[in-house]
Amino acid sequence: MSTKTEQLIASTAVSTDYLLDAEIAEIEHERTLYPDTRAVGLEALKIVQKHRGWVSDESLLAVAEYLGLPAAELEGVATFFNLIYRRPVGRNVILYCKSVSCWIMGCDQVKEKISGELGIDYGETSADGEFTLIPVPCLGDCDRAPVMMVGPDLHRNLDRKNLGEIFANYRDRQD
Amino acid sequence: MPVQALSTMTDKAKVEISIDGVTYEVNAGSNLLQECLSLGLDLPYFCWHPCMGSVGACRQCAVKQYRDEEDSAGIMTMACMTPVQPGARISIEDQQAKAFRAGVIESLMISHPHDCPVCEEGGECHLQDMTLMSGHNYRRYDKKKVTHRNQYLGPFINHEMNRCITCYRCVRFYNEYAGGEDLSAQAAHHFTYFGRHREGTLESEFSGNLVEVCPTGVFTDKVFSENYTRKWDLQTAPSICAGCGVGCNIAPGERYGELRRVVNRYHSELNGYFICDRGRFGTGYVNDAERLKTPLDGADKELDAAAAQRQLCEIAGSDGGTIGIGSPRAGNEANFALRKLVGEENFHAGYSDAEHACMQLIAEAASDPRFHNPSIREIEQADAVLVLGEDVTNTAPRVALALRQSVHNKALELADGANIPRWQDAAVRELAQQERSPLSIFACGATRLDDVASDRVIDTPSALARNAFELAHRIDSDAPSGGGGVDALARIADQLLAARRPLIVAGASGGDIDLIKAAVNVAGALRKRRGNGGASPVDLCLLTAEVNSMGLHLMTRPENSLGAALRKLSSGEAANVIVLENDLYRRAPHAGVDAALAAAGQTAALDLLPNRTTAKADLVLPVTAFSEQQTSYVNYEGRAQLAYQVHRSHSAARPAWQWTGGFEHFRRALLDCADSIPAFAKLGDVLPDTSNLPNGIKVPRQSERYSGRTAMKANLNVHEPKQTQDPESALAFSMEGVPPRRDATILASSWAPQWNSNQSISKFQDEINGPLRQGHGGTLLLEKRSESGEYHPLPAKVDGAGLELLPALQIFGSEELSSRSEAIRARMTGAYVAISPADAQRHGLQQGQGVTLSGAGGVTATALTCIRTQMSAGAVALYVGDAEIDFHGLFHGLGARVELAPAEAPEGRGLGELIVSDLARGRDYV
Repeated sequence: MSTKTEQLIASTAVSTDYLLDAEIAEIEHERTLYPDTRAVGLEALKIVQKHRGWVSDESLLAVAEYLGLPAAELEGVATFFNLIYRRPVGRNVILYCKSVSCWIMGCDQVKEKISGELGIDYGETSADGEFTLIPVPCLGDCDRAPVMMVGPDLHRNLDRKNLGEIFANYRDRQD
Repeated sequence: MPVQALSTMTDKAKVEISIDGVTYEVNAGSNLLQECLSLGLDLPYFCWHPCMGSVGACRQCAVKQYRDEEDSAGIMTMACMTPVQPGARISIEDQQAKAFRAGVIESLMISHPHDCPVCEEGGECHLQDMTLMSGHNYRRYDKKKVTHRNQYLGPFINHEMNRCITCYRCVRFYNEYAGGEDLSAQAAHHFTYFGRHREGTLESEFSGNLVEVCPTGVFTDKVFSENYTRKWDLQTAPSICAGCGVGCNIAPGERYGELRRVVNRYHSELNGYFICDRGRFGTGYVNDAERLKTPLDGADKELDAAAAQRQLCEIAGSDGGTIGIGSPRAGNEANFALRKLVGEENFHAGYSDAEHACMQLIAEAASDPRFHNPSIREIEQADAVLVLGEDVTNTAPRVALALRQSVHNKALELADGANIPRWQDAAVRELAQQERSPLSIFACGATRLDDVASDRVIDTPSALARNAFELAHRIDSDAPSGGGGVDALARIADQLLAARRPLIVAGASGGDIDLIKAAVNVAGALRKRRGNGGASPVDLCLLTAEVNSMGLHLMTRPENSLGAALRKLSSGEAANVIVLENDLYRRAPHAGVDAALAAAGQTAALDLLPNRTTAKADLVLPVTAFSEQQTSYVNYEGRAQLAYQVHRSHSAARPAWQWTGGFEHFRRALLDCADSIPAFAKLGDVLPDTSNLPNGIKVPRQSERYSGRTAMKANLNVHEPKQTQDPESALAFSMEGVPPRRDATILASSWAPQWNSNQSISKFQDEINGPLRQGHGGTLLLEKRSESGEYHPLPAKVDGAGLELLPALQIFGSEELSSRSEAIRARMTGAYVAISPADAQRHGLQQGQGVTLSGAGGVTATALTCIRTQMSAGAVALYVGDAEIDFHGLFHGLGARVELAPAEAPEGRGLGELIVSDLARGRDYV
């Protein structure tokens, strides 16, 4: 048998059981909410990300196959939204606002402090795997700038002093 | 103010608008950009495409629009998104509009590399043209450019994402127009990326059009890149693609004696702006080192031309009779010259007997006034389609692309109802969502049009025929019933009856005559139910397999099949045979060919590459390839078209009509054919009108910028050789003559001042998407005769043991000559047998494993098992590739059956290049 044929057969090997039952249940629920399967694509990616922290190539292919969508199309969706993570992220994702109000209120200085404390720049994950720092344009809380989100929590009126405490809380959190 | 009426079209409502103070008459309902271009005005654009409408993405075509004569401020508006309004006042030349357009280019160019000198697009780049036109010439941006990683996209296409200006034309063509699924726009803003999910071959059969659709050099022709020449250094002539029976217009380019590339040549009725990848990448065989260069005798000894010519005359004139076997891949003149040499009664068809029978029916239907064989543009207008058996994507790919457009008619209809202009592409698609015009497919397995099919009937060939007969019966109860029938028939019948312009498609490639009969019955039934009085004929598209199948048919007597020729030779009724451009082993059972050639006294073969037939010939004459000769072909519609010679052959190869017909000049051969055969009476019309080329002035094949004319052979001799004369055509192998301007006689490669890219074609159209000024659309040869009105009777049921056999055809591999091109070979698979999971299990076959087929008469063949989940149980489709499989030995006629057994997998190519949607995976067949 030629190598190419072997590759072909390998490439079509069954990837069953990749998606978890819980993931499938949630995806199926979303499916009932939309008239068109293509619309479920984004929700399915969010569901997989919720369970696994990020969307790997394998996850993306599994979702594409499960929903019967072209992988390229789903990749277009996954890469369009910067809150779908196509690379592994830390246990806590920091969404850090660098838009105009936060900038006026000194977010650059606070960011320097964060980078120093965690040893990471935008797009990076701390060595202990706890934090990933991602810039966002606005979190809609300008009157209490600078602001950031860590995981699901919004943190307001940041200054260089209260950061250590915030991060320590997340480090200690067991979940 | 003067009214400039530049359009000759009268069937559209006209309105007057004012552009920069001049009043023009333009088409109502159109958009400003399209009308400006129709008027020949220079207005830059990127994302708009004549065939794909407007999306307003690039902001390049900004113009000023004024409320009325009093308004001097005006507003900036995108011409492509602005409907034409009666009395509209716009300005292209307005300073603000000009500054805006220059600003748009400047921002598009921020990350564009300065690599024009090493970019394949350079010199025919729409981005270069538009940048110059807009006046942006100095980069102020001094920051770091965004750069991207490129992907491997297979053997056809190069990827250079850094050049992208994010106009989205590639994905709009690839996904929305051509139905590809493996290219997408990814990421966002300045990281936007156009590529695949991961590296790999672009799957669409139309991927090559990205080269022409991309306004810059992101997608370039990889085969051409490897042996690159600038557009202006290519010698070019108008030609016809010899890849299938559609006859798309192409412009091949030559340099240093090699055919370098093929690009689309606009034809308003046929290919429009697009061709398939077989046509674009399948001509490498012309440069093949194995090409036959000199005449050879039976012992492969080289002969001089005169001796070879003498020997051919001896064979033709010897006692015992000589028959000629024509070729569907040779032009009319070559076939006619052979027919003239051996006599009409001794001239035989060069395609298989199954195809021969199909051709009789196709020609009969073509002369029936009840039916109309539609052009590609007409196919696109169908609003309900039925495809019977023909695997169009693999046999006539350009027709498949047109069928894909036909399902969009539902969207256009909805747009009309919602008062959305048809050219508002994104809005129309958004409105329609998944709504499509009906397209029903009868096939033995999955096809590449399934994603837009409304109904699919999948069954064995014999069951498909019965269902199709039954469909005709459901439409008109006078048509013979096929009995039973699947549930979908009622729905399909209703859709066809309700349609404004229904279309039935079938073809000869599969050799399935029953489905052609059924197609004629369905179309006949539709015609009857739609009423005769004044009703237009029903579109019945019957596809011929090869570039000149129809031409060959028109000069061959019905009884003169290939089988009859082989019998004449075997029985001694004829002593000698002259085979024109044909490998008989691809056409008939090997045993029959072997017996005939063994019995033949003398065999002469004319061909361009060695094959199994030339190997057995006593005389082999080398002939020129399609680009090295002038010839005419007749396509599936009966449209005769002239392919000009692009370049000279530097070997002893000659056009076949010179070897066999003794014609000195092409014109003589063509006109003799026209005079001798009534069906070809109008063939002379394909010759160009040279009335505006006085005193022997010709049209140059080389551009005004053609470089190196005096230097390109200096390594051989510093004396500049005399320009080769071309006594055969209105073209010259020269830079001199009447260049192809708007009113030129002949147009190969379009160019206009400031328009170096293929977008310059609009300068040759009176109206966007309209016919070229040159008007060389070919000549429809077939006359309508009296209608028969009779229905074909239901074919008798053939029972037997084993699985029903049919051919599996592949766009890359099933056409003889293109399958000898390196680029196409990189996409070919090994011979395989497509089989359903149930049948595979029954025969103990695993995916990719070897399988032996045994047919009646002890013929066997070995191929790879290709288990496909959508394949009909009870049928197997055999793809022969370039394996020496005796297909016609196995497929001795409709209803042929084979037995299967597991075997050792044959050496050679695997199935890795196979692109199908339904390849069975482990769980489907284990």
